[in-house]
Amino acid sequence: MDKESLLSLYRQMLLIRTFEDKSAEMYAGAKIAGFLHLYNGQEAVAVGSVSALNPDDEIVVNYRDHGWAIARGVSPRAVMAELFGRKDGTTGGRGGSMHLVDVEKHFWGGYAIVGGHLPLASGLAAAAQHLQTGRVTLCSMGDGSTNIGTFHAALNWAKLWNLPIIFMVENNGFAMGTPYEDHSPVPMMTKPKGYDMYAEQVDGQDVMAVRDAVCRVADRARAGEGPSFLDVVTYRYRAHSMADNDQGRNRTEIAEWKKRDPINLFAESALLNKGVKAQDLAEIEKQVIAEVEDAAEFADASPEPARETLYDHIYAQPVANMQVEGSLIKPATLYSSNGNGTL
Amino acid sequence: MREEMQRDPNVVLWGEDIVNYNGTGGAYAVTTGLAKEFPGRVRDTPIAEEAIVGVGIGAAMGGLRPICELMTVNFAMVAWDQIVNHAAKPQHMFNGQIKVPMVIRMPNGFGRTAATHSQNIDGWFAHVPGLKVVVPATPYDAKGLLKTAIRDDDPVIFLENIRLYSSKGEVPDQEYLVPIGVSDLKHDGGPSATLTIVTWGRMLIESLKAAKTLSADGINVDVIDLRSLRPLDLSLAIDSVKKTNRAIVVEEGMRAAGFAAEIAAQLQEVAFNYLDAPIARVAGLEVPMPYAKNLERATLPFAEDVVAAAKAMMAKQY
Repeated sequence: MDKESLLSLYRQMLLIRTFEDKSAEMYAGAKIAGFLHLYNGQEAVAVGSVSALNPDDEIVVNYRDHGWAIARGVSPRAVMAELFGRKDGTTGGRGGSMHLVDVEKHFWGGYAIVGGHLPLASGLAAAAQHLQTGRVTLCSMGDGSTNIGTFHAALNWAKLWNLPIIFMVENNGFAMGTPYEDHSPVPMMTKPKGYDMYAEQVDGQDVMAVRDAVCRVADRARAGEGPSFLDVVTYRYRAHSMADNDQGRNRTEIAEWKKRDPINLFAESALLNKGVKAQDLAEIEKQVIAEVEDAAEFADASPEPARETLYDHIYAQPVANMQVEGSLIKPATLYSSNGNGTL
Repeated sequence: MREEMQRDPNVVLWGEDIVNYNGTGGAYAVTTGLAKEFPGRVRDTPIAEEAIVGVGIGAAMGGLRPICELMTVNFAMVAWDQIVNHAAKPQHMFNGQIKVPMVIRMPNGFGRTAATHSQNIDGWFAHVPGLKVVVPATPYDAKGLLKTAIRDDDPVIFLENIRLYSSKGEVPDQEYLVPIGVSDLKHDGGPSATLTIVTWGRMLIESLKAAKTLSADGINVDVIDLRSLRPLDLSLAIDSVKKTNRAIVVEEGMRAAGFAAEIAAQLQEVAFNYLDAPIARVAGLEVPMPYAKNLERATLPFAEDVVAAAKAMMAKQY
């Protein structure tokens, strides 16, 4: 990779980290509500993966999706506006933090039912196979989703039909707060063996390692060699969500992982050792902070979605007799009936 | 399905045992012959309903028009999260960026198969915005509605009552479509009608039998077939009730929190002053379906129950 591309990876990871810190601040300031799952510590996974894929390869992820959206090129403004529940958000404030999406960028969304998106990802891959688009689908999930039925059903189906798909576990060691050894009886790499699926374990703190692994398995998929499984070992610095006090985790463990911070690691190994100046990185940091501040200001200035749009997009085409609030019946005067039963 | 698969190469048909099982198409042989005619587009799937629906959703998002067959409605519960959270909601939740043009077909109803395999949960589906719920009762409607469902850009739940698979009826040779969300007057009681029966699915057949019996006893009734529960078209039912001043809603599923309750509520909201009697419901009893023939029969509504309810209503002075 040339220097510019390497710096771009650095920039993206730092942008995600800075964005997430700002999101936490906005959550604390009650600008953001509900559940907010932050990506701090896992930045190399999304950034490395996206950099390895073609722009029209399909990406489907879980609810910890801010990093993926930003890595895929969704503007931080639109993401932050979505977290604020505003009109200019990725879904106009309908989906919130857990349901970011940008289909034009082949980012099919964050899904918030654990494991629920895995069959969808197999389906996208089945469509790509049927339509011979040559696209690969990357489906990311947490380690906690490898125990639910849809995980096994989706892997089974993908192998059975030899689908062009990558199942990526962002193995941060916890299913919400439950440690891996308390939610899974076998090592992660044992799980794909049940489906005779090609699998690799990857250092998720090393953005180039993630990138290389995704390149390898995407090539396999494009060559018709079917699905692959990546156990990407990583760690999240923050609690499962901002609604979680994170009292269950060992502080020493968190500190140990921070010694292998993906952003610092990349800066030291790939950049500073290759002649990038600390000053260049400082300049990037300055730009990134400005971009995130701008995103927060943009989000705050964005209006709430218009009340009149409430019924939009429930159906592909408007359904005449379903547009009336509180009723399936057509007449809009239903609840202001004049008492004689006339409409 | 054959016509639609001939028309559109992106229509695929996936389900359990629809290719290799006994040389027929599916447990109820609905798709017999299609696997041979459309190789690669009609495929057997694992017995994993959450994946049959979920993979279908993803394929629909990705440009196909899947028809996913669940062997029976009972197994839809295995796929419930996929149907409700992943088929019905993305279009709205993602602000129109994602469409899920798929049909999920499944037989419902009963047939001496006991509690886990004999039920009617039409109303559960109808509770979910984003789904379309189609409940045909005649061969004509089944074909016309299925073709429309396949062409529809929304996820359509297509409920095929097991007891109606053997029904016979006129179906035109030339192509036709039946719109989703338009009810149909299946029996016109004329200007002297004094009762409106609103129903769908198998209960239409029972209601038509009841109408005949009642007519012989001098009680003329209109029978309205809803044909779909979502979108719901009550316009004919409302017009009819204004004429007859009485209504019975007939449902195969259980009574409490059933879909008949929704219909009764809506009818009285708009036509309260026209009603000469409380709207009645004839529905299944609240019992997990027993296997024994007599007990199964006792649990389900039939024409005689509709007749009895109608006569009781007509006899009572309010």
